Amino acid sequence: MRLNDLAIDVEPLPGAMPVYRASAAPAELRALCETARARGARLVSLWGSDESPRGKGYALHLALALRAGLLWLTVALPRQRPGYPGIAGIFPSADRMQRAAHDLLGIEPQGEAGRRKWLRHGAWPAGVFPLRKDFAAESRFALAGDHYEFVKVEGEGVHEIPVGPVHAGTIEPGHFRFSIVGEKILRLEERLGYKHKGVEKRFEGMALEEGARLAGRVSGDSTVAYAWAYAMAAEAATQTEPPRRSLVLRGILLELERIANHLGDLGYLGNDVALSFGFFQFWRLKEDLLRLNARLFGHRYLMDSVVPGGAARDLARSEGDALLAVLGNIEREAGTLRSIYDEHAGAQDRFIMTGQVLPALAERMGLTGFAGRASGVAHDLRADYPVPPWQQLEPRVASHTRGDVAARASVRFDELAESVRLVRELVRQLPPGEIRVPLAACEAGRTGIGWVESWRGEVLIALDAADDGRIYRLHPHDPSWQNWPLIERAVLGNIVPDFPLINKSFNLSYSGHDL
Amino acid sequence: MYQLLKQIVTTGIVTEPAPHADSALRQLEQRLSETILKHLGRALAIRHVDAGSCNGCELEIHATNSPYYNLEALGIKFVASPRHADLLLVTGPVSRNMEQALRRTYDATPEPKLVVAIGDCGCTGGVFGESYASCGRVANVIPVDVAVPGCPPPPTAIMQGILTAISARRS
Repeated sequence: MRLNDLAIDVEPLPGAMPVYRASAAPAELRALCETARARGARLVSLWGSDESPRGKGYALHLALALRAGLLWLTVALPRQRPGYPGIAGIFPSADRMQRAAHDLLGIEPQGEAGRRKWLRHGAWPAGVFPLRKDFAAESRFALAGDHYEFVKVEGEGVHEIPVGPVHAGTIEPGHFRFSIVGEKILRLEERLGYKHKGVEKRFEGMALEEGARLAGRVSGDSTVAYAWAYAMAAEAATQTEPPRRSLVLRGILLELERIANHLGDLGYLGNDVALSFGFFQFWRLKEDLLRLNARLFGHRYLMDSVVPGGAARDLARSEGDALLAVLGNIEREAGTLRSIYDEHAGAQDRFIMTGQVLPALAERMGLTGFAGRASGVAHDLRADYPVPPWQQLEPRVASHTRGDVAARASVRFDELAESVRLVRELVRQLPPGEIRVPLAACEAGRTGIGWVESWRGEVLIALDAADDGRIYRLHPHDPSWQNWPLIERAVLGNIVPDFPLINKSFNLSYSGHDL
Repeated sequence: MYQLLKQIVTTGIVTEPAPHADSALRQLEQRLSETILKHLGRALAIRHVDAGSCNGCELEIHATNSPYYNLEALGIKFVASPRHADLLLVTGPVSRNMEQALRRTYDATPEPKLVVAIGDCGCTGGVFGESYASCGRVANVIPVDVAVPGCPPPPTAIMQGILTAISARRS
């Protein structure tokens, strides 16, 4: 069949989300991407795989979001000198993903400048590629020097501030190189990869049930979204249908995760502008929710609550009532706090026009998730592809166009309220029945996609199973890949002390990115 | 302003009693003398180092500062530099890309110093284990005084780990 967006033969894949699979030759790649881009497609993810045990060379994979669904495009690459025409000129967010795919697999984007390493620091040498099948996961190399060329800004009065990887606060590790004049930021360059802990290699060879726990720990703050995406991919590959009741439970869990994260970050936005009142109030509300999570689902952050085949724990009617009572209170108090934030001149002075990403740039660079929605990029998987349990709920997509810290705060407040509404509806709609079925056996060579709108943005899991039903290759994608480069742009012209505030307003994952 | 003050007054004080030390969490015998511990207990400075976690443990470390737990009321606060710290709170399996940064942070912390490893990954390497990219548990890289299991350990367990690290040797 053909998708109306593209002149390419595609095959629909089974699974919860509309997903299509297609292949292309390296020579066709750029033209395909250009057409897709012209018709409004987004690049969701780019990764590679080693196909040599299957008697082939390597493969490059792209996940493109089209109106009809997700297109999983595979480009076969030769065994010797695997290369493909780079697509960062078409989809700018591809740049770091291409560099990462090179570090891990040795597949090379051609025709584009600036191929610096990205995830490789000193843990393995150049010319060694951990995701190749002949690389043993337990290999150890002596730590080598980690030379990395930052772009140098020169001129009168310019100086550099290197920050990290160990930061001043309780934050994940990464390096930020600021070039500044006075207090103003002229340029920021990020260096990530410090948390690379071999997650993708670790997935290889795992049984499908076994991988769920690891998937839930790719980025702990998005554990429900990852666990659901993983379950969706495993269910697609095995053609297992999770019970209706479990889908509604997953919807509730995902929205609880969204509420908890928005509460926490709204508190920190107050803290970062010396309104510690905000931190204490929001973290009190967040703690109320975490305790309720622990009581109802057995885990404060809902880890391992979504499992392949369904959900791990049911929600009794009385528990649903308790949940709605606490959420009602959170909604009411968050409303009060929103008006306090809105009327606080000091806070608004710091929020408004700080860390701005205008809609045109956001669209060009592929900004995603709530940050994208605060910059006029109004995508939300729950609304764009309303599969169960979102059908009939008509999730409202929050949006704003100013793209500053204030806009991102406003979108978070709106989404918090919308999530409370969705949980109310979902609890009311909980259909009777079982909550978990066993995964069917996985036939040789089956694939599956999981695609979920986490609180931060779209999380993708692409699963490729080997002949024995175990994981041959699994690629988890965090929306932080798309959004990190926009922080480099958002800070330009701002003062250095506003960097923590801008950074927190996005709150991106290092672990989900570094893998 | 009226609304803000009203919110503070109606919220009141929600802080709960702190947990007690638990010597079962100890990995090494207490190395510090009673006199030093007496001083630290009143004003302990902590430097947090994320050496490769999934960021779950960070969420709970943040929560120790929330009003329910209010770690700072015990005289324990987080500081911005290892040079100001008495205790390192380390999360994650230590990624090989963070191995050197963790060692340098440890070396930059003045003696006497304590190390508390947080979470299943900090204790054993957890789901990430040891590999080309992961050194596994924190004790594989720097000496660990107290290890707090959990995925992630709740705020009370983290506080208990910190209080254990500064508790006196059992007589």
